[in-house]
Formats: sequence, C-alpha cells, structure tokens
Amino acid sequence: MIRLEKRPQPSRAFAYLTPVLAVLATFVFGGILFAALGKDPVQSILTIFWEPLFGEFAFFYRPQLLIKGAPLVLIAIGLSLGFKAGIWNIGAEGQYIMGALCGAGFGLAFYPAESALIFPGMVLAGAFGGWLWAMIPALLKVRFGTNEILVSLMLVYVAEQFLASMSLGLLKNPEGFGFPGSRNLQQYQSAHNAELIAGSGMHWGVVAALIAVIFAYVLLARHRLGFAVRVTGDAPRAARFAGVNPSRLILFCLGTSGLLAGLAGLFEVAGPAGQVSIDFNVGYGFTAIIVAFLGRLHPVGIVLAGLLMALTYIGGDIAQSQLGLPAAAIQVFQGMLLFFLLALDLFTNYRLRIGRVETA
Amino acid sequence: MDLGAINPILLIAALMSAATPILLAATGELVVERSGVLNLGVEGMMIVGAICGFAIAVETGSPMIGFVAAAVGGAALSLLFALLTQVALANQVASGLALTLFGLGLSALLGQSYVGVKPPRMGDVDFGLLADIPVLGPILFSHDPVLYIGVLLVAAVWATLKLTRLGLILRAVGENHDAAHALGYKVVRIRTLAIMFGGALAGMGGAYISLIRVPQWTEGMTAGVGWIALALVVFASWKPWRVLLGAYLFGGITQLQLNLQGAGVAIPVEYLAMSPYIITIVVLVILSADRSAAPGSLGRTFHASN
Repeated sequence: MIRLEKRPQPSRAFAYLTPVLAVLATFVFGGILFAALGKDPVQSILTIFWEPLFGEFAFFYRPQLLIKGAPLVLIAIGLSLGFKAGIWNIGAEGQYIMGALCGAGFGLAFYPAESALIFPGMVLAGAFGGWLWAMIPALLKVRFGTNEILVSLMLVYVAEQFLASMSLGLLKNPEGFGFPGSRNLQQYQSAHNAELIAGSGMHWGVVAALIAVIFAYVLLARHRLGFAVRVTGDAPRAARFAGVNPSRLILFCLGTSGLLAGLAGLFEVAGPAGQVSIDFNVGYGFTAIIVAFLGRLHPVGIVLAGLLMALTYIGGDIAQSQLGLPAAAIQVFQGMLLFFLLALDLFTNYRLRIGRVETA
Repeated sequence: MDLGAINPILLIAALMSAATPILLAATGELVVERSGVLNLGVEGMMIVGAICGFAIAVETGSPMIGFVAAAVGGAALSLLFALLTQVALANQVASGLALTLFGLGLSALLGQSYVGVKPPRMGDVDFGLLADIPVLGPILFSHDPVLYIGVLLVAAVWATLKLTRLGLILRAVGENHDAAHALGYKVVRIRTLAIMFGGALAGMGGAYISLIRVPQWTEGMTAGVGWIALALVVFASWKPWRVLLGAYLFGGITQLQLNLQGAGVAIPVEYLAMSPYIITIVVLVILSADRSAAPGSLGRTFHASN
C-alpha cells in the first residue's frame, strides 16, 4: 500500500531537485517523442542542448542565448511576483505586444530625426504600454473583483488584433511597397537597440533583465513589499492581519509584470525583431510562464530556467534545419517540461509512505 | 456598406452554429467546476479535439466518427490534468495552463500533414416538412446533428445536476470535499470522471470548429474560444440553462461581427474581430460582483489526510 503523507515542512532538497528531475524526465519522454517522429532520440537531444553551446558553430549560437533568454527572464521575473502572491497574470503576451507598439510608435513618430533622447523615450513608452495593458485586469480586479486570469488572457487576443491593425495601418512603412510592417528600426540609428558589444548578443534588454533579477531578489529577500508578496501567497488571511493591502498588492504585481513584459517587447522590436509586423511576437509571453515555474519563482532560478528555455528555442531551430524536426515538437517538449515539474513537485510537499496503513 | 445584405433569419440560424463550440466546451467545464475543479486547460483540450476529430474524420470519411475521436482525444488529454491535480496534487491554475500550452503544441504536431486538407462534410438532420416552415424552418430545423446534441447535453446536464442522486453527489463534492469524503464518497474518482467529461465535451467543441464551422485545419484555430467558454461558466453562475443563453449571446456577437465584416462596414476588420473578447471582459465585469454561486471547494486541492 502506497500512500502520501503531508510533510510538516516543504522539503528544501526536493524544491531544488524537482526542476532537475523534471528536465531529466523531459529528456527521456522527449526522446521517446522524437523517436516516434522517426528521429534518432540521442542525436536530437544532443542537437538541441549540446550543439548551440559546444558545437562547431557555437560562436554563432551562444549570443543567441542572451537574445532569446533576456525577454523570457524579463517577463518571467514580473510574472513570478504575481504567481507567488496568487495573482495570475497570464496575458504577458498582450502586454509584450502593447509595449512594443507604444515604444516603436514613439520612436517612429520622430523619424527621421536623430537624437540621443529617442531611445530612452522609447524605453519609457514601452514600459508604459505594457503597464497600461496590465492595469486593465488589475483595476477591474480591484474595483469589481473580476477574474484577472480571464481578462488578461482576453486582452492578448485584443492586442494581437491591435497589432495587426497597426502594422497594416498607422505604423506601416510608407516606403515599404505596400508590404505590411513598420519601418525597420535597425536602420534607424536613434531607435535601434543595438548590440552593446559586437557579437556578444548583449543588448539593452539583457541589461534590463539583469537589473530586474537583482531588483526582484532584493525586493523578495529584503523589502517589506516582498514580504507582503510572500505572505499573501502562503496565507492570505494572515497577510490581511499583517496589514497587507490586497488591492495595492494586485496593482503592484500586475503593474510590475506588465511593465517588464512591455520592456521586453520594446527591446525585441527595436533590436532582434527590428520592425512591428503582424507576427513579430513568437509567444515569449506564454513560454515565460513555464520559465517562472521552472525557476521556482525565484529570481536566480528564473535566470537559469530562462537560459534553458532559450536553449530549446535555439536548439529547436537547429534541429529543425538539420534533422527536419518539426517546430511544434519543441513546443510539446516545453509543455512536457512544465507537466513533469508540476507532477514531481508532489514530493516537495508530500512524502511517499510504503507499507500498511496503521489503524487509528 | 450594405447592411441590407444581412438576412436576420440566416443570421439567427448561423449564430446557433457559431455558439455550438462555446456551448459544448462550457457545458463540460460547468460540470468540472461544479465538482470543485477549475480546469483552465479548456483551450488546449479543444484544439486537441479539433485535430483528433479532423484527422479521424478525414481518414475514415465519417464526420461522426471524427466527433467520437475528438471526445476521446479531449478526454485523454484531460486525464493528464486529472493525474496532475488529483493524484500529484498540483496547483490547478498552473496545471490548466500547462495543459493549454501542451495541447497547442501537440495539436500543431499532429496536424502537420492535415494543413489544406478538406474534411468530409456533415449533412444536416432531415426534419422533412418541418424544414419548410417559413422563418422557423431555417432557424430551428436545418442544422447538423451535433448542434442538437449540444442543446440536448445542456438539458441532460441540467437534469442530472438537479434531479438525480449522481448530480447531488457531484455537487456535494464540489461544495465541500471534506464533508463529501467524510460521507464516504470517492472525491478523487468523482472529480476525475467529471474532468474527463469536461475534456470530452471540449474536444467535441473543438472538432465542431475544425469540421463544421471553418471547415479545415490551421494551427491555433480555436483562437481563444476555450477561454471564452471559461468566462461563460462564470457568466452563467454555474447554471446550465444560462450557459445556453450565454453561448447564443456570444455566438450572436461572433456571427454579427463576421457578417459586418462581410457587409463592408466602415469599422476596420481588426476592431470587429476584437469585439467578442472585449464583450467577454465587459460581461465578466458586470457579473463578477456576485460570486456567491461559485462551488465552495472550487480550485482547492483535496487530500484525504487533511
């Protein structure tokens, strides 16, 4: 007879061990999936996880790690604050789009003027766009008690339509021969989020992500607000007695995550993506949810998880071109990772007891 | 702009069809939530149902077998959710999100070779002379069988919840799982069955989109219908007949905005396409003041040792 016994305290060892075990389990089941698709499982896994780091063309792929990891970390840091407190912003993809639109729109409004102030202005506009979009579910939740999960998610679809409208209309490149999409910001010096050190993949988004990580770490470990976040997640009633104002916490958590997602969108559109187009967003807002959980909602964990997920994107691209592995297989792989993580988390809070049930 | 081109009779007939995917998914989710479980994976189960139904319908040539396969596919995926939340006691919100992310990927993988394929058409139910009645005929008696199954399912769910012992047990588990457990009911087993029922209905709802509404397969084609279905359950205060009403309301909005797009109204297409999502939010705001109807144990993890 196997049964579960609740641990008096969550196991610290398992809290650290689960993500590792989940990654290993995903390797095994992902390998089975790749084999089912007719690919050599070992070679596929090596192509995804080894090739970008230590393969022949690693010098080309390593910078990509920062480029793809930065938006994931930036968004996941914001999400983790809310998730810790039981405030579920799952519309980061929409906030990401709105940040990109506001930031790019601000920059393009000055085209072709050159000024050192344009890029900082775009950063502010991007942060504002994401923040504003996240304030909609936040204010509705505070004022009317509306479910923030559904509202933030609905707003993703609204933002996607808005993006389509903008890239076909207001922000369309007047010299683009009628093609949808804005001017290329990479060719507009004042608005370009260029690499800070050539060939390193290091751009302002990476810097922002690092600042966000440090900010979140200090906030959670040292600041009263971080205490409020943690205690609300663990015991909402106790939090009220401790003087935590739930409304302000909702506004703070959703606002911060929206702001960071907006920044991620701006840095992406002004840098690696280059232009506002109908499909410049590639789902970072959703993948960041996996990153936040995989990183145990801890800032340092999120950095590691973000880099790992970035690796699956890069390795997935390589596997797609070299082995013909479908792009969707990587999506399944990422989803699997979250599944195993959630399932194995059981052992953090519970202990398996094997033996007879003693009668009380 | 030519609003005269919109025929009200055809509009009402079409809105019933537009409402059916939402109706099926929301009815399933209603049962799940009445058993005390919040499954946010509706979108994932719908899209997996959409591709399972599509693929099997194409392979067998029978849309009806396709719908059965969609139900099986949706239920199979929901079993993963049941495993996570009922056995591994994982957080229901996170597990539901995982299910949606996984389902979107899985469906894209399964559907690769079905892009651009035309599915077999499902015929309408033959009501004979009834279909010739003016106005009522085209509105009520000219649809495919699944649409009627959807309405019948609402009635069945209502009757089961309201009138039968099974419904009473399900509601007891949803209202207070500790009390239900103390009375000797198998909380985990009942919830697992409810989750699978919800999965099967979500799968059928998805297949309705890929086999009847569109009909073809494209990645991510459910486009948030699963989330609207979740909102609809809140809108309906967890009552089956209100789900029907709400589904027709949303179906009407979807259909109307499509017709307006077709009629060439001066509003840009993108803003019309936004409207169902914005109206969902507005409705949620209006109705979220009253949360008293929510099942007492909704979203809470059950473990017998507590």
